[in-house]
Amino acid sequence: MAIFNLNINGKTTEVDVAPDTPLLWVLRDHLNLKGTKFGCGIAQCGACTIHIDDIAMRSCVLPVSQIDNQKITTIEGLSEHGTHPVQKAWIEHDVAQCGYCQTGQIMSAAALLKDNSNPSDDEIAVAMDGNICRCGTYTRIKDAVKTAAKNS
Amino acid sequence: MTLIKTSYNRRSFLKVSGAVGGGLLLGFNFLAGCTPKEIEEKIAELEMPENWYGMNGFIKIGENGVVTIMSPNPEIGQNVKTSMPMLVAEELDVNWQKVVVEQAGLDTENFSRQLAGGSHSIRLGWKSLRTAGATARRMLLEAAATKLEVPVEELTTNAGVITHEASEQSLGYGEVAADAVGLEVPEEIELKDPKDFKIIGQSILNVDGRDIVKGTPLFGMDYEEEGMLIAMIVHPPSFGMKVKTYNKDEVKALDGIVDVLELDTDYFDEMPFARNAFLKNSMVAVVGNTTWEVMKARRALKVEWERTSKAENSSDHEAKLTALLEKSTEPARKDGDPEAAFKNATKVIERTYSAPFLPHNTMAPMNFFAHVTDTEAKLVGPIQTPQMTASILANVLELPEENISIMMTRMGGGFGRRLYGNFAFEAALISKMTQKPIKVIYSREDDIGNGTYRPAYKVKYKAAIDENNNLTALTVKGAGAHGGPVWADRFPAGTVENYSAEDSSMETNISTGAWRAPKSNFIAGAEQSFLDEVAEALGKDPIDFRIELFEKAKNNPVGEENDYDPERYAGVLKLVKEKSGWGQEMEGVHRGVAAYYCHRTYVAQVVDMVKKDDKLVIQKVWCAVDCGIVVNPTGAKNQIEGGTVDGIGTAMYGGLTFKDGVPEQTNFGAYQMIRHTDAPLEIETFFVDNGIDPTGLGEPGLPPIMGALANALYKATGTRYYDQPFSKQSDVLG
Repeated sequence: MAIFNLNINGKTTEVDVAPDTPLLWVLRDHLNLKGTKFGCGIAQCGACTIHIDDIAMRSCVLPVSQIDNQKITTIEGLSEHGTHPVQKAWIEHDVAQCGYCQTGQIMSAAALLKDNSNPSDDEIAVAMDGNICRCGTYTRIKDAVKTAAKNS
Repeated sequence: MTLIKTSYNRRSFLKVSGAVGGGLLLGFNFLAGCTPKEIEEKIAELEMPENWYGMNGFIKIGENGVVTIMSPNPEIGQNVKTSMPMLVAEELDVNWQKVVVEQAGLDTENFSRQLAGGSHSIRLGWKSLRTAGATARRMLLEAAATKLEVPVEELTTNAGVITHEASEQSLGYGEVAADAVGLEVPEEIELKDPKDFKIIGQSILNVDGRDIVKGTPLFGMDYEEEGMLIAMIVHPPSFGMKVKTYNKDEVKALDGIVDVLELDTDYFDEMPFARNAFLKNSMVAVVGNTTWEVMKARRALKVEWERTSKAENSSDHEAKLTALLEKSTEPARKDGDPEAAFKNATKVIERTYSAPFLPHNTMAPMNFFAHVTDTEAKLVGPIQTPQMTASILANVLELPEENISIMMTRMGGGFGRRLYGNFAFEAALISKMTQKPIKVIYSREDDIGNGTYRPAYKVKYKAAIDENNNLTALTVKGAGAHGGPVWADRFPAGTVENYSAEDSSMETNISTGAWRAPKSNFIAGAEQSFLDEVAEALGKDPIDFRIELFEKAKNNPVGEENDYDPERYAGVLKLVKEKSGWGQEMEGVHRGVAAYYCHRTYVAQVVDMVKKDDKLVIQKVWCAVDCGIVVNPTGAKNQIEGGTVDGIGTAMYGGLTFKDGVPEQTNFGAYQMIRHTDAPLEIETFFVDNGIDPTGLGEPGLPPIMGALANALYKATGTRYYDQPFSKQSDVLG
């Protein structure tokens, strides 16, 4: 076990965990931030997507010891009441079916829009390609990203 | 207006203590699309009442007029947590903005058929949920009539307010709820005429929409209780094995590990639907404080397994299914004389189609919480069959069924996998053995490797064409693991004079079960691809050819037991033809069509494929659907869009193979799922407006798209695709 001071959602938080613990499980098991989801454990499905210094990263393969003082943002830190333009667009387009992958999708979309405020359809598809949705909501996700881009 | 008999227990109308349960399972409709300030104001506005009055299990009315509607069925992404309460709210006549939706737990006294499966929730709830709303409304009206001293016939309702127009008096539901729950329950009530619907037919946003996008802990995986431990299970690495020995003491000594124990599960013979699933399975559970500690410890676990049945290979399955197609069996249905027709044919088309085993790949791997004590069991998690799970658990745990509670969380996908609650039994057994509250979590590898797979299938179609260019015979012969894929009485039965349908079953020790649209998820694609080839051989347009067959089934059907309505079937084809502008040549656009009927819903789809940078891209999918009355258009369209994308992905990439009994693709590296870049650029859905009672939508969007895709691929490439996954043949899409 070791002590780590993490900058999560604008607050410094101390955790005492094994250094190889993936950030996903630090968030879920130790900090009760359950919005970041476990899907595959090998960075293939995107359900665990968070932002490290505004870049979308898969937290399931990211050992806590590799993080220095970078800024970590989880879905809970994107907005307090679900009012980030991407979240609002997701509600407006009634995107979710089961909903499990959607926080990861939203984190990927928010990172994309930070980097590219007016992405083309192709750019959206490529940026979102690491996020799987078995329910098949991809067309609604694309429409929601475009709406969010307009309203950002 | 429809008169309907009610059958409610008197005790279900009473004052209920305690407000609505914790925030976890509540859906606040009115928050969708609000700013933070508005949300705060609205929450303050919607003060939770001190007293609730329960009416028939579905409805709780607060003294301040806030209405809670229980959603009885499990939510697996089919949107019933929104659409089922809409049915209650419609007849209760309340303002949807003032409705709070609460997920019911397992409650056999108040609800019947708390199950997610077969696309049945809306169809089977259509009358019972509206009756619940109408009965409560009637009792509120009677209470108001007494209070206002006016005849009940002179009262009207609107959005939760009862008005007596002549005397200009009105009362909110909350003001009469206390009196209403004491009244006699009416024996018969009237339901609204569909033309008077105010809520049904509106696009109402998902009641959990805001919580989903905020990451609120809604799912079984997110559930926690004080003192809860995490358990992960090492199942046999191959089908047909059991535990011999394992290094218990070594693993138990690791950081954070509380226990390591062996489980025996021979309860599964009781489980209907699934075959061989986990029957007499044995496994080792690692129990610890946190998920990562348990994940690490299980890597240190060394289990020696012994084989109890044959190690099967996919090549064995392939050979067995092929042999079954050659073996003569008794047809499930035979019309006319197919043998004679084939003898007299000038042209015979014979094609064989195949598809592999499929895991469910729900985005949330299997998980469940259990806390079992000597006297009771509390379970929380994602399960499609809470009633069946409780009754099996009662046997497994040797507890009376009434001492078992099951709380349903939102499910991170179901698709049939969560019909089989082996993960819940495992959690309960571990909790019983450790005397601790336990959450079982599967890794993705556990999830794919221990599934109840869609069976591997093969089917052979044969068509006879005579010298006058008529289709004179059609035969279908199927084979599959634990049962074949053929529906003997469905289309094309009834449309061809000489017809036969045969099916045979391959035994295997691979577990199989229901997977979104069982059997149809394979046979639709095969049948609709075959008919495309037959239409081509006849020189007919594929839509016109199908419509001709339906004309025959309507005016002069062959046989009597035809399980479909030819008019509705032709109806969706006509609608998709009109909307897609079928028949017009469009430069560079390759089109394929298919139509299919399952779960009492008719769907026709047209795929438009184009070439972009040497890759084929699905530019658009046109869908025409007849599911009767559309309860919630946005949710309904979402189901069809999802089925379309899922069907394309499955037909293109889906497949699980076995080597020496071991599943070979157990995570999303080796197992390809459809992703954003492969998805259709656009999907547009149109509904037939016919006022017929509604039918399901969770499954019917998936089967036909596999045929429409194969037919479009043929137009684009000149090659027919017979064997799923199509990407095995050539990686053409995306």
